[in-house]
Amino acid sequence: MTQALWLSVIQGAFLLSTPVLLAALGGVLTARAGILNLGVEGIMLVGAFTGFSVAMTSSSAWVGLLAAMLAGAALGLLFALFSITLRANQIVAGLALTMFATGLSGYLGKPWIGVVSPAVFGVLRLPLLSDLPIMGEIFFRYNLLVYLSYLLVPFLWYFIFRSRPGLRLRSAGENPLAADTMGINVIRLRYLYTAVGSALAGAAGAYLSLAYTPGWIENMTAGRGWIAVALMIFSGYNPIGVLAGSLLFGAVSAIALRAQAAGTAISPFLLNMMPYILTVLALLVTTRRNRGKPGPAFLGVAYDREGH
Amino acid sequence: MKLRWERRLDVPKWLLVVAPAAAVLGALLLGAMLMLATGTDPVKVYGVMLKYSFGSKNDLAETGVKMIPLLLCSLGVGMAMRMQLWNVGAEGQFYAGAIAAAWLPLFHPDLPAGIMLPGMFALGLLGGGIWALLAAIPRAYWGIDEVITTLMFNYIAVLGVAYLATGPWQDQNGNRSFPASPLFVETAHLPTFGDTRMHLGLIFGLVAAVILALVLSRTSWGYQIRVIGESPKAAKYAGMQVARNILLVMFLSGGLAGLAGMTEVSGIVHRIQPEFSAGYGFSAIIVAALARGNPLATVLVSFLFGALIVGGFALQTVNMSSKVVLMLQGAILFAVLASDFFVHYRVHFARRPRAIQPVNQSADRKALS
Repeated sequence: MTQALWLSVIQGAFLLSTPVLLAALGGVLTARAGILNLGVEGIMLVGAFTGFSVAMTSSSAWVGLLAAMLAGAALGLLFALFSITLRANQIVAGLALTMFATGLSGYLGKPWIGVVSPAVFGVLRLPLLSDLPIMGEIFFRYNLLVYLSYLLVPFLWYFIFRSRPGLRLRSAGENPLAADTMGINVIRLRYLYTAVGSALAGAAGAYLSLAYTPGWIENMTAGRGWIAVALMIFSGYNPIGVLAGSLLFGAVSAIALRAQAAGTAISPFLLNMMPYILTVLALLVTTRRNRGKPGPAFLGVAYDREGH
Repeated sequence: MKLRWERRLDVPKWLLVVAPAAAVLGALLLGAMLMLATGTDPVKVYGVMLKYSFGSKNDLAETGVKMIPLLLCSLGVGMAMRMQLWNVGAEGQFYAGAIAAAWLPLFHPDLPAGIMLPGMFALGLLGGGIWALLAAIPRAYWGIDEVITTLMFNYIAVLGVAYLATGPWQDQNGNRSFPASPLFVETAHLPTFGDTRMHLGLIFGLVAAVILALVLSRTSWGYQIRVIGESPKAAKYAGMQVARNILLVMFLSGGLAGLAGMTEVSGIVHRIQPEFSAGYGFSAIIVAALARGNPLATVLVSFLFGALIVGGFALQTVNMSSKVVLMLQGAILFAVLASDFFVHYRVHFARRPRAIQPVNQSADRKALS
């Protein structure tokens, strides 16, 4: 391969890893509190639509991003109402959220198809760093959202595993009854982290519609929300693992995309299968390895103080 | 005043019927409010949907046509649901069954009529079943969550159909802008009723529903499935083969979805083309949830949802996204979950009981930490 091709694959890997990274990090935060949110795909779609339409009307990509995160948080609270207060099965509630939100984004988004927005996140050139030969091209030629997402990884790792609020967060997922006894408001905590995690999924959607491929297309997430959920599971609910997984996903998607652009004889449909096949394989390999640490003990179990 | 709830000791029978019905009505009302809030006339939307799904004999037949794959998929999803298995991969199994069934007329068009349709039937069942096993085996032996894997296999199957239709199976003499396989020979078409598009698949679905209802309620195997679903540990102690039953149930579940794919290609599409499912596999999850995995209730619910899907297509004629239907379906599923809560809990208003206040709460907290 030529150097230019290599570079485009590496850059593509970073660009394509960002949305799944953001969404999966949000998922980890929520899961650590004991809530399994399968609505990520739908939240991302609403985030993508909201981000784009608000950025269009406000002429500010930042306002769009903020709106996408708020929309994500609102959907997260809806999910929380069902899974936490009404103690619904979290799998069904997540599926309901994905269908509802996917439909909502398609319904509201119809007039926005094909509209071109002037307000998007463009490549952010850092002084000196971006001009470095090769290193500059590999690491410092992205939009701000890419940098922010990657900075979120060490921050969240520290927050979850080394800080006091992180300890409280994990206690709600590992042993809610004990946490409650210690005076931690498990219900409120679960609501909070479901909302925050969903806000990140909303941001992941906005990344797609405001930075990666500016514009709104129905179903533009193409299963990335589900891949984020898979990443979260096979990373063992750990931000560092999520980072590795998203880079792998980004790399495979980028290779598939470049191979297509380079005009290989392989059908684009077969190439596009690669990320999904990879996700299944990664689940197979890592789940067997993760046997000892399967994640938060009370993940997906509604908390009821009276223990019904 | 504060809302309080307590678990009902026994659930009245009528509530099990009234609750899902109220859920559907409530969701449609909520949808109407959402449309009003976003500047769409809900009366017009629901009017169009009703007219196109029940308006005339042909419209009604069209609703039946959509009901067939929905019924077969929903029976499969509902059967897995009985065992607490979440087969959200019916969409992919539908396509896998369709591909397997289509292979016969495309590559062996000269087979006698007596072999063609039964052969396609068997291949559809096998194709969907094997596709489901790909997710069921990791679930049964290594405990890998079936929700994610069945979903991933959906995407792979959708792309697989697109690959075949635009690649090796493409009709070289066909329209280049609408890539598809050649049309099946006449012997591979399911017979239709009268001059409508309604086809024999309806009988497959109804018979499958009756058989499933009998098997689940009258055989010891049906009982085993319920026990495994409700308490895998108890099932193991009782000597039931949990892993083997997961495989069997998922195979049958996928097989029914695959059969749906077979009836759709053989009865309606008559060839393989990209994305010919109207999301039957996804709607099936809601149908199964509404029917609570009861096969006979599934027949009724899938008829109603068939109408919903026909109505969704009709919305495109008034320049609206057919995704409105997906939104309504999501709302219905939410409403079902909410109604479940009211089925299991009695809710009443109560004055907040006067709790005995600790003299100094913060001092207690400090002492604990």
